Amino acid sequence: MRFFGLLRANLGRHKWRTALTIASVALALFLFASLRTVLTTLDKTSQFGSARRLITTNSTGFTFPMPIAYANRLTAVEGVKSVTWMNWFGGQYGDGKRFFANFAVDAPTYLAMYPEMFVPPDQKAAFLADKGGALIGARLVELFGWQVGQNVTLRGTIFPGDWTFTVRGIYTPTNDAISDDAMMFHWSYFDEQTGRSGQAGWYTIEIDRAENAADIATAIDAMFKNSPAPTKTGTEQAFNASFATMFGNISLLLNAIGTAVVFAILLVTANAMMMSTRERGKEYAVLKTIGFTDRRLFALVLAEAGGITLLGAFVGLGGATLLYKFSNFNAGGFLPGFRVAPETIALGTGIALLLMLASGIVPALRAARLSVVSALRSVE
Amino acid sequence: MALVEIRDVSKSFQRDAERIDVFSGLTMDVEKGTFTALMGPSGSGKSTLLNLVAGLDKPTSGRVKVNDAEVSSMSAGALANWRAENVGFVFQSFNLLPVLTAYQNVELPLLLTRLSKKERDERVKVALGVVGLDDRMSHYPRQLSGGQEQRVAIARAIVADPTLVMLDEPTGQLDAKSSHEVLALLGRLNKEFGKTILMVTHDAQAAQRATSVLHLDKGVFVEQVGAAR
Repeated sequence: MRFFGLLRANLGRHKWRTALTIASVALALFLFASLRTVLTTLDKTSQFGSARRLITTNSTGFTFPMPIAYANRLTAVEGVKSVTWMNWFGGQYGDGKRFFANFAVDAPTYLAMYPEMFVPPDQKAAFLADKGGALIGARLVELFGWQVGQNVTLRGTIFPGDWTFTVRGIYTPTNDAISDDAMMFHWSYFDEQTGRSGQAGWYTIEIDRAENAADIATAIDAMFKNSPAPTKTGTEQAFNASFATMFGNISLLLNAIGTAVVFAILLVTANAMMMSTRERGKEYAVLKTIGFTDRRLFALVLAEAGGITLLGAFVGLGGATLLYKFSNFNAGGFLPGFRVAPETIALGTGIALLLMLASGIVPALRAARLSVVSALRSVE
Repeated sequence: MALVEIRDVSKSFQRDAERIDVFSGLTMDVEKGTFTALMGPSGSGKSTLLNLVAGLDKPTSGRVKVNDAEVSSMSAGALANWRAENVGFVFQSFNLLPVLTAYQNVELPLLLTRLSKKERDERVKVALGVVGLDDRMSHYPRQLSGGQEQRVAIARAIVADPTLVMLDEPTGQLDAKSSHEVLALLGRLNKEFGKTILMVTHDAQAAQRATSVLHLDKGVFVEQVGAAR
């Protein structure tokens, strides 16, 4: 601590240069934290899913429906405890600029199968009792100011027309991986209105034991192999993960961008440190004359680099953490639970330490190895 | 009693293919409590000698002892620690750290000691008081005159109570009035505080303040006046 004053004075020597270098590091680590949080959120979302839930879709693709008659046959499969089904609706509200997911679900079985969605009992009962009712995520209340009892009209994009529902309940996810800005309404109402006579988008199947998942999935697909709508069954986790992979190798892309940004900032910081030490050869010589050892001078210069990078990390990582926490950002529902993870902060701090070493080690060595006589002769 | 013993010291530099001998077999003593001025023309080796005594440079051969410590054979780390305890150094161009106040500049050598903050504070104030700048403690070097800067540098050199104070052309960048003040201060340090002072100077008037004067020319002592041998 006794050298803190000297360290602080040196960092304040060129206030703008130091501030801009810190801002560069902060921005780089803010971007790093943001990009990595996209990955961790996607990963968390893709990892979500009970080991005891399977998803059955049309083998042609999950946008192709299957007959509702499959529900009874699925229920009859050995090891299956319950079955629910839903359809993607794709309705828009207002000018449609703010996207949110909306589904038609078989409400009684759906809510029973997803305890991760908390709905107050009275609202749950009201929703189940009203065929034209809707269940909305808590964020939609914030976004649109909707209230329980309010009529809400969606404009159908896949299923044309205006669809009016009465908000009967507000759900709150107990798991970050579940989006809190979706809307659910009754499949029976949807089916009635579309006149499509019994088509389900996909089925979710609760099974008795997780270890039976593969056998049950095989049995289900074998059962519908020769039907007009053959199926493809997998775990809920694999189903969720397939959405993440729809974006291609996003992990590689984001990591590459993150690495490039950090490397660019390494050059900026290293340049600032080199300039700083080059200007101060005489001062290092004076400090050595006073009695500062090579090692102490090395540590002082490295600590200066550390001051810049760690302060940058504090601002960048702290800023990202606070921004995403208090803005409740979720990328329009695509990245539910978008929060900077503690591992990301730890990794970012590690990068800042590496930046400190990479940008500070050469100037620190240069200062430590400086010949006092040569440095003084050049200025005396 | 000799505080500084220089025995048969040679120092040479290599400049490209040419070997330049600064000294060859130089021997001298500086008595404890003396104020010695080292004079001579440019290139005579005055500053090199000062650097050798301060352990900032190594002799090509021979021995340099200060207060019984053989500085010519110490490692770099040991030399730094030794300098912190035994040597106060003043440069021609003051060489204060511009980002530190007068107080902080003077405190620098004490950061290397085990003194508490309170003890450091007392010592810094005493040192600045001795040089007559206790009212300029919070000033930065740019806010001080050349003479004041040099007095701060002297305060920095004496604050750790070193055995030996060495000065390289301390009045070289000062006007007559400031030179006079600095030299008077050095005289006080020698007489009142018993500091051993070794000063390199071109200035004959400055040298008059010393208790002994050594003239160096081409690496050889050509004349000496006073207590140095």
